[in-house]
Amino acid sequence: MKFTLNWLKTHLETTASLDEILYALTDLGLEVEGVENPADSLGDFRICRVIEAVKHPNADRLRLCRVETWPEGPDGPTEEVQVVCGAPNARTGLVGVFAPVGSYVPGIDMVLKPGVIRDVASNGMLCSERELMVSDEHDGIIELSEDAPMGALFIDYTNRNDPVIDIAITPNRPDALGVEGVARDLAARGLGTLKTPKTQAVTGSFKSKINVTIDAEVQAKACPVFMGRLIKDVKNGPSPQWLQDRLRAIGLRPISALVDVTNFFTYDRNRPLHVFDADKVQGDLRVHFASGGEGLTALDDKDYRLDAGMMAISDGQGVQSIAGIMGGVQTGCTETTQNVFVESAYWDPITIAATGRKLKINSDARYRFERGIDPAFTGEGLELATRLILEICGGQASEIVVAGNVPDVARSYRLDTDRVSSLVGMEIAAETQTATLKALGFKLKGSEVTPPTWRPDVQGEADLVEEIARIASLTKLEGRSLARETSGVTRPILTPIQRRESVVRRQIAALGYSECVTYSFIDQTAAEMFGGGQDATRLANPISSEMSHMRPNLLPGLLQAAARNQARGFADLALFEVGPAFDGGEPEDQHMEASGLSIGMNGPRDAHDTRRAVDLYDAKADAEAVLAAIGAPVKLMVRRDVPNWWHPGRAGHLSLGPKNILASFGEVHPKVLSAMGIKGPAVAFTIFVVNAPFPKSRSATRPALKISDLQSVERDFSFVVDQKVEALTLLNAAKGADKALITAASVFDVFAGEKAASQMGEGNKSIAISVRLQPKNATLTDAEIEAVSAKIIDKVAKATGGTLRT
Amino acid sequence: MIMDGLDALKKKYLDGIMAASEEGALETLRLAAIGKKGEVAMKMRELGKMTPKERKSAGPALNALKGEIISALAARKASLGDAALEARLWLDVTMAGRPSRQGSIHPVSQVTEEVAAIFADLGFSVAEGPQIESDWFNFDALNIPPEHPTRTEMDTFYMHRDADDTRVPNVLRTHTSPVQIRYMQEHGAPCRIIAPGRVYRADYDQTHTPMFHQIEGLALGRDISMANLKWVLEEFFSAFFEIDGIKTRFRASHFPFTEPSAEVDIQCSWSDGQLKIGEGDDWMEVLGSGMVHPKVLAAGGIDADKYQGFAFGMGIDRIAMLKYGIPDLRAFFDSDLRWLRHYGFRALDMPSLHAGLSG
Repeated sequence: MKFTLNWLKTHLETTASLDEILYALTDLGLEVEGVENPADSLGDFRICRVIEAVKHPNADRLRLCRVETWPEGPDGPTEEVQVVCGAPNARTGLVGVFAPVGSYVPGIDMVLKPGVIRDVASNGMLCSERELMVSDEHDGIIELSEDAPMGALFIDYTNRNDPVIDIAITPNRPDALGVEGVARDLAARGLGTLKTPKTQAVTGSFKSKINVTIDAEVQAKACPVFMGRLIKDVKNGPSPQWLQDRLRAIGLRPISALVDVTNFFTYDRNRPLHVFDADKVQGDLRVHFASGGEGLTALDDKDYRLDAGMMAISDGQGVQSIAGIMGGVQTGCTETTQNVFVESAYWDPITIAATGRKLKINSDARYRFERGIDPAFTGEGLELATRLILEICGGQASEIVVAGNVPDVARSYRLDTDRVSSLVGMEIAAETQTATLKALGFKLKGSEVTPPTWRPDVQGEADLVEEIARIASLTKLEGRSLARETSGVTRPILTPIQRRESVVRRQIAALGYSECVTYSFIDQTAAEMFGGGQDATRLANPISSEMSHMRPNLLPGLLQAAARNQARGFADLALFEVGPAFDGGEPEDQHMEASGLSIGMNGPRDAHDTRRAVDLYDAKADAEAVLAAIGAPVKLMVRRDVPNWWHPGRAGHLSLGPKNILASFGEVHPKVLSAMGIKGPAVAFTIFVVNAPFPKSRSATRPALKISDLQSVERDFSFVVDQKVEALTLLNAAKGADKALITAASVFDVFAGEKAASQMGEGNKSIAISVRLQPKNATLTDAEIEAVSAKIIDKVAKATGGTLRT
Repeated sequence: MIMDGLDALKKKYLDGIMAASEEGALETLRLAAIGKKGEVAMKMRELGKMTPKERKSAGPALNALKGEIISALAARKASLGDAALEARLWLDVTMAGRPSRQGSIHPVSQVTEEVAAIFADLGFSVAEGPQIESDWFNFDALNIPPEHPTRTEMDTFYMHRDADDTRVPNVLRTHTSPVQIRYMQEHGAPCRIIAPGRVYRADYDQTHTPMFHQIEGLALGRDISMANLKWVLEEFFSAFFEIDGIKTRFRASHFPFTEPSAEVDIQCSWSDGQLKIGEGDDWMEVLGSGMVHPKVLAAGGIDADKYQGFAFGMGIDRIAMLKYGIPDLRAFFDSDLRWLRHYGFRALDMPSLHAGLSG
């Protein structure tokens, strides 16, 4: 919302400086977004007189001028300055604009210095309009009337000394979309007095030939009241200078007097109006809901088609206005309009917002109606417009046509003057509180407060508190300590899941992965490769096709991040993310994952010969390290039934029982890697963070430690088995041979491949395991050890068909 | 007599020991000096021939000499052993150790934990909520009815609905505020929570990304006021930026879910393009806040006649940028390894109040 300081002063009698006003506006909640003050850019240039202009002794085209200046203003002493000037119109007696040495001339982007031009001193400049950036005119220097006040500021003399203020208006303050409303806030703050003149009604001298009806269903809510009036025999044309200046200053283009009047009141009083060319309207106007499909060309020269239920104003020819949003070209006013029908109506904010959004029209009228104008001002707005049109364009006004009734928005709330103290924490005297509300236009009857009709936002007691605190200034608010609800030592505040999330994150980082935060939405192709991409997870309005679907898991985002890094020259990477993944489009379809991705080699080249390509077992080790960090059970099932973005032969799940998958790990499918532009092998793991059970007992006590003083015995076995026999099957069989005695079993060698086949037969390999026996009561005898060994060999043979390698 | 030449003897053997370059030479020297027929031993034998007075001074001198030679032999032997070990097993210690990967924590995670640590000390716990959110939780419950201008200003992402599905489309939450409602519904009042997390708005330019992070604060009690909010925020900012006495300025504003509402600025200074928090005369807007609107309390199932309190919301990414001097928001989500390493944190840098937040 833009306005100028002088415009504000037509509503506010004030002695406050510009800075005081700007500070107050921001503090009141009308945040100043920008100020353009001509005094800052043009405040150095004063009106001067050329005493004498003669030819420059050394240049034919230059004039040597003796200039009389008033450096301190009209009342100060004069000073004669010599200026060399190239303008053809520089002549004796010219009244112009002088830029002294030291001033900044915006049109040439230069601070003037004393100069010598062709051996003659020149101290300052006679300016053209372009040099002052007030127009493009540069054929000569500015010539002012001979009776212009010598020494006066150029911007004062030409009425340019008027700062333009731009403020941001929050949606609750439609009243501040008019300059009067801004002035009222400032007056309530104590920066002056509101002096908006009382509206003088114009008595109509005849009946309008255009009448208005509102369909009953529309009048019920969408348009409760419509007022209009015919003004005949007007002479449209350019607006007077003051009106054009006002509109231009706030960035509006003056069009013609009739249109400019409506724009003026839109900004002056937050009262949008519309003017129809009465001679183009056929018959009467009817306000109705569109039945759907009606079209019109609006004043922005675009064609619109209305949906059923949108509000329209039609005449005998069809729709002539998208009610409250934009009028139509067919009945719009032009330079030659002689009879005008002025509309002032109240349109329901919700209906306007819905229509405006659907048609994508952002007009000043829509902006104001959807925030809520003052319904009680409908008639006054029409009177104001009538008076100004008559003043500028002449003509005669008809009686007012009224359809419907001004809606009654009266409501009242109880003012509890203690509430400001209890809610805000500021002490404000009761009299000050009531004075503030009165200054803002609230009516008080005892403690019952009725908000003014222009404040649709005030809907309760808390709003009264807000008004009082806002006008008193929240800057004055002093902090007051807030004691903790419990005394003593702070209690833990994280939930077990939150704590686990942090542990997972830091454990993965400790394993050498760098944490990424990637977008929750990815492109459909990537989503589909990872089991997502369905309509349920599609955004209706994505900002690009790269961000169209909620991610089904974290791997596609990490792979894309890896591809970007590879393009930057980083071939070996370890990236991870902890965050949400989405199984569907409902709030409950979100779950937390942590995924790590390793690509390329496990480290840089070095002299220790430790460099190798990352593989499945790196990913598995990392997944197990993370599970260990969150206290997941050690004994887990390893399954191969992985989804299809994993390598079919080189990936698995770690699960607790057949259903609860705690983690997946392995190589990413080569097809996926090539589709995502990844070079080299890539292994990954995903932890389903909340799936591992949380400890049931809250006790910190550990079970007692049981250790035996008896020596444990290690025995190695090497079995020949089929090459598809899995290590875990073999180990579990071995462990099962004597659960009390065997405390550990692990694989320490696998011999597979062609060489192994040649030694042990086609399709075979050998697996060597080490088994630890821990006696509890007495040292094991050789016979006991032999007996256990035999059992192990037997169990393994039964489980795997393997035989002891000899 | 006997004492004559002791100094020469001492010099001869100690120099010899120092000059010996292998263990065999040391053994030869040992035998020559203190072996049964060694020079020192021979001299000791002469002690018996002395007068008691002579013996009294010569005895200790000879013993001392013997001791010195034994020590010198042992020291030299040890040093020859080390020299041999060094010669045999020398390795180039200037070579790099075996490489190990260095991981890092993203600034968003780190700063979220910092904020949680501070608010934990003030008695706030951490609440969470879904990111695909119903229209009701994201808007209606927060006093933003359909067609309210705020809805369009928030650049909302909507989820797809099939043509025959007449339910109001879900949204990607535009703020963390819906967590307020969910928490109130589940836990009631009094309460003190913060709610960090991802939020989404359809906006992408120099300073906006379609996803960013917010942290919500909510405190409800019988008499919690805006003055308490100001204290809490000033305490928070001082702790977060690790600068004592940071001032805030409250400016009247409007949010549908608070009444009264205030924008909060923190004190700062700008000089030569350098921003300093907590000093100077400038103010920088950092968050929106206010007293929870009675309608919002009602939506959360809280009796607005009994309870009142404040709420605030601020950008995690933004305060991370301010604290750690990170220039570009978009880079947060680009996963450039160089950026992650430069602005990231070590795995064991766990923020805590007792140890300090940023170490």
